[in-house]
Amino acid sequence: MSFKFNILTNIFFILIIILFPLFSVILNLNYFIVVIIPYVSIIMFICGIIYRTLSWGESAVPFRIPSTCGQQKSLSWIKYNRLESPFTKRDVFWRMFLEILLFRSLFRNSRMHFYKDRPKVAYFSSKWLWLFAIAFHYSFLIVLIRHLRFFTVPVPSFTHFIEKVDGFFEVGMPVMYLSGVILLVSVLMLLFRRIIIDRLRYISLPADYFPLFLILTIASTGIIMRYFYRIDVVSVKELTMGLVTFNPILLKEPINILFYIHLFSVCVLFAYLPYSKMVHLVGILFSPTRNLPNNSRAIRHINPWNPIVKVHTYEEYEEEFRDKMKKVGLPLEKEK
Amino acid sequence: MYDKGKIIAGLIIGMLIIMLPFWLNIGKTRKLPDPKLSEKAKLAEKCILPTDEMRSAHQVLLVEWRDLAVRDGERLYYSEYNQKKYEISLENTCMDCHSNKKEFCDECHNFAGVTGGSSPTCWNCHNEPKE
Repeated sequence: MSFKFNILTNIFFILIIILFPLFSVILNLNYFIVVIIPYVSIIMFICGIIYRTLSWGESAVPFRIPSTCGQQKSLSWIKYNRLESPFTKRDVFWRMFLEILLFRSLFRNSRMHFYKDRPKVAYFSSKWLWLFAIAFHYSFLIVLIRHLRFFTVPVPSFTHFIEKVDGFFEVGMPVMYLSGVILLVSVLMLLFRRIIIDRLRYISLPADYFPLFLILTIASTGIIMRYFYRIDVVSVKELTMGLVTFNPILLKEPINILFYIHLFSVCVLFAYLPYSKMVHLVGILFSPTRNLPNNSRAIRHINPWNPIVKVHTYEEYEEEFRDKMKKVGLPLEKEK
Repeated sequence: MYDKGKIIAGLIIGMLIIMLPFWLNIGKTRKLPDPKLSEKAKLAEKCILPTDEMRSAHQVLLVEWRDLAVRDGERLYYSEYNQKKYEISLENTCMDCHSNKKEFCDECHNFAGVTGGSSPTCWNCHNEPKE
């Protein structure tokens, strides 16, 4: 699909995400936009995650197919690479642990560089994707934890701790949170990376851009509501507390439209997550190239769907033709 | 299903983490904040900015005041909303009307979690009103 098509479809969907809450507020469909949509999206999220988990759990794993790039376990005096070619479940645990928390496979990201002026090829590890990805994921996590402040009374102390660390530099009023800035910058960088690198732009689909545009909408509306056009936090919290206690109350008076856009785009994110590429949140745990030990040479793994082959062994053959074989004087393994 | 026990356990733990906001609130009665105006504030009728602006952005005004008073030595503030001049002072102007910190300030601050990590740092330097 062409780049133009990708961008235009995304602009179209983002426009819907902005205009839908706008019209809902104009048409006075407050209950719909702040109560029904959030509940529908969380139900879609839960059902989708359960469906994904169970369907991946159900799928057969006939062979060990880990992607390795280190010495595998062989003879006892040869040291093997526990992380790059795991042999035991403990090795696999550490491999998965570091993959999930530090994105090791992105850190490797080997690239080939072909020198045009001289006959030389170089391989190097490109760190940009890893850098933007880890900055993005961790700042998103911190933003999520900070949002617990809207869903709990009293707010748990670890949320306060995160707020304190996040606002460590005490810039401005309200205090600037670093995670918000890093989130916005890293999403923009991931987007630019996809647009600027031509081979990446060529393989991108609208569904690759959409999560980036969606998160960009969420982050920018959130930042504007906090620092520029401030909204009444207390009435927002009355609404969110109503939602999580299943006793929803509407906002007393309509507040800044940005809040409705923020809420709606978060709902879209939650509802869309299990059905999109973002479900790597669950999928990472089910990656057979990561979560399997490389022990095919030590343990026999039998494909569960192998058909039962009817074999005719020599013993059975001998049994069947015993009399005839005896008659012509052929040697028998078992005399009877 | 391979590793059925682990997958189901992981699914349940994951769901519990995601559903944190729901089950943290089970069995809690919801108390909405109800800030009370003092008699003097009621009589004044108008604050320095319109009520909704004060509600959402009073901290921005307070920091603006701090900068004016502490950095520029400017002690007078003209409120266009109220058509009045005010002395720039938290203790003598703001807390003069809103003398009931516990019933007024803390009511919303406690509800919205403006305590602990992100607590307002007003009282690091200023004296809290005695109630």
